[in-house]
Amino acid sequence: MIENRPWLTFISHATLMLGIALVALPVWMALVASTHPASAFGVGHIPLWFGSAGMETWQTVLFEQAGNGIDTPVWVMMLNSLVMALGITFGKIAISLLSAYAIVFFRFPFRNLCFWIIFMTLMLPVEVRIVPTYQVVANLDLLNSYTGLTLPLIASATATFLFRQCFLSIPGELVEAARIDGAGPWRFFFDILLPMSRTNIAALFVILFIYGWNQYLWPLLITTDDAYYTLVMSIKRMLSVNDGDIAWNQIMATTLLAMLPPVAVVIGMQKLFVKGLVDAEK
Amino acid sequence: MTVTFPQKGLPWLLLLPQLLVTAIFFLWPAEQALEQAFYQEDAFGLSREFVGLENFVYLFTDPLYYQSMLTTLVFSFSVAIMGMSVALFLAVMADRVIRGKLTYQTLLIWPYAVAPALAGVLWWILFDPSMGPIALWLGSAGVDWNHYLDGNQAMILVVIASTWKQISYNFLFFLAGLQAVPRSLIEAASIDGASPVKRFWTIVFPLLSPTTFFLLVVNLVYAFFETFGVIDATTKGGPGQSTNTLVYKVFEDGFIGLDLGGSAAQSVVLMAIVGVLTVIQFRFIERKVQYS
Repeated sequence: MIENRPWLTFISHATLMLGIALVALPVWMALVASTHPASAFGVGHIPLWFGSAGMETWQTVLFEQAGNGIDTPVWVMMLNSLVMALGITFGKIAISLLSAYAIVFFRFPFRNLCFWIIFMTLMLPVEVRIVPTYQVVANLDLLNSYTGLTLPLIASATATFLFRQCFLSIPGELVEAARIDGAGPWRFFFDILLPMSRTNIAALFVILFIYGWNQYLWPLLITTDDAYYTLVMSIKRMLSVNDGDIAWNQIMATTLLAMLPPVAVVIGMQKLFVKGLVDAEK
Repeated sequence: MTVTFPQKGLPWLLLLPQLLVTAIFFLWPAEQALEQAFYQEDAFGLSREFVGLENFVYLFTDPLYYQSMLTTLVFSFSVAIMGMSVALFLAVMADRVIRGKLTYQTLLIWPYAVAPALAGVLWWILFDPSMGPIALWLGSAGVDWNHYLDGNQAMILVVIASTWKQISYNFLFFLAGLQAVPRSLIEAASIDGASPVKRFWTIVFPLLSPTTFFLLVVNLVYAFFETFGVIDATTKGGPGQSTNTLVYKVFEDGFIGLDLGGSAAQSVVLMAIVGVLTVIQFRFIERKVQYS
């Protein structure tokens, strides 16, 4: 502290609290809205304090059916989201680890070309090439499948770059020592490289899990079967019911459930999350 | 120079999964987009004919496309500037306080984890003209809020929802930047009698400029490409064309309008834009590495 200005400190705290309140406002309102019966929304504005229908709504949505045209309960869609998020996360980490390993620790023709091909995926977000990607996946008969949900999103330039940076910082003596001791490439990879990259992998895991869970457009396009709906995209389907028939309480409860897992991950693993965020931008 | 392993075949095996996925789901579709951009296809996909640059000519003579460009620019810069100002302000405050810094951080960063589509829905309902508390409050303050009809209000709404999600990211980077400012500089200025406000604008803010520039690029990229969910779950590009950004238009023309050639031509233009942005980002990051 450079100087003592009590009023300024007070203002700082007050501003931060105001900021937090503003940031939390929509979630607060969603929580309140989910505790009122559906009929409360048709007649007027959303009540500002909790109602008494909360338990019932949450139970129905979570275990029976999400409502608003979707018969699947939220827990099934949550499972789908989990499968997709984990599939994308593990897939990205695995193939990026392998390709970074190849690029850093081996010399082979076209090494730079391979690196640039991987780099190009950075330039082509799904949203930009959405129509042809859909056609490719449809041609491969992957619509309405977990493979179709995860595989196309698995290539990752960011993760490859991150691991490449991490591997490049490993001293050459270590590799030499391992080789003198008779360790082959696989042994080196599993016994030395993987343990050394543990925190990097964990940090990346947090970021990629959020990325995977929050996928929206892709599952929206390739799933037409309720059984494969993911939670985030189901909101869009729920909103496409006729205006008068929308049960807002159920939508709010589903929305909150859809954001719960990634938010819990960010709060619970804050340190790794911050590290992942900073690393991923390097 | 890194010590390497002598195997020749193994690296290809290691690269194979990544290269396969990239080739099938990135390069092939990109190539298809490039090809489709030169064809005109009927809506059922039964026949197509080569039309050369016609799709592009049509695109660049279409006033709607320019309008969409303008919309994208207004939207992106609003999101970037609003998100960065709020985050910087909060970060400066958080940098000042000693007690509870981590708690404040925790309570401010969680919106990062909320999917854009969900963020859109949450704000959409807060502002809903018939039942949203904010719309109601605005109404009693004399503002007639209806984002179903008023294009500007719809734009304000998607900007707010997109900004809300991005504040956390900017906050974290600004806070890190602020903590890297040498304390001795601030102390010296303080002894010379500079007020906190003056110290901020003459010392801290200039020293933050690399962070600010970096965040500007990241935020523009975010607003360009990652806000699809916000728009799709709320305004769907409307009312009229008022929130139809370039990325949304690719989807709308391709999947809803079934104009595959036109959509592909837009994809190609967007790829070029992303390419330029990526190069800028990359060059900047290289420079950052050199100086740090």
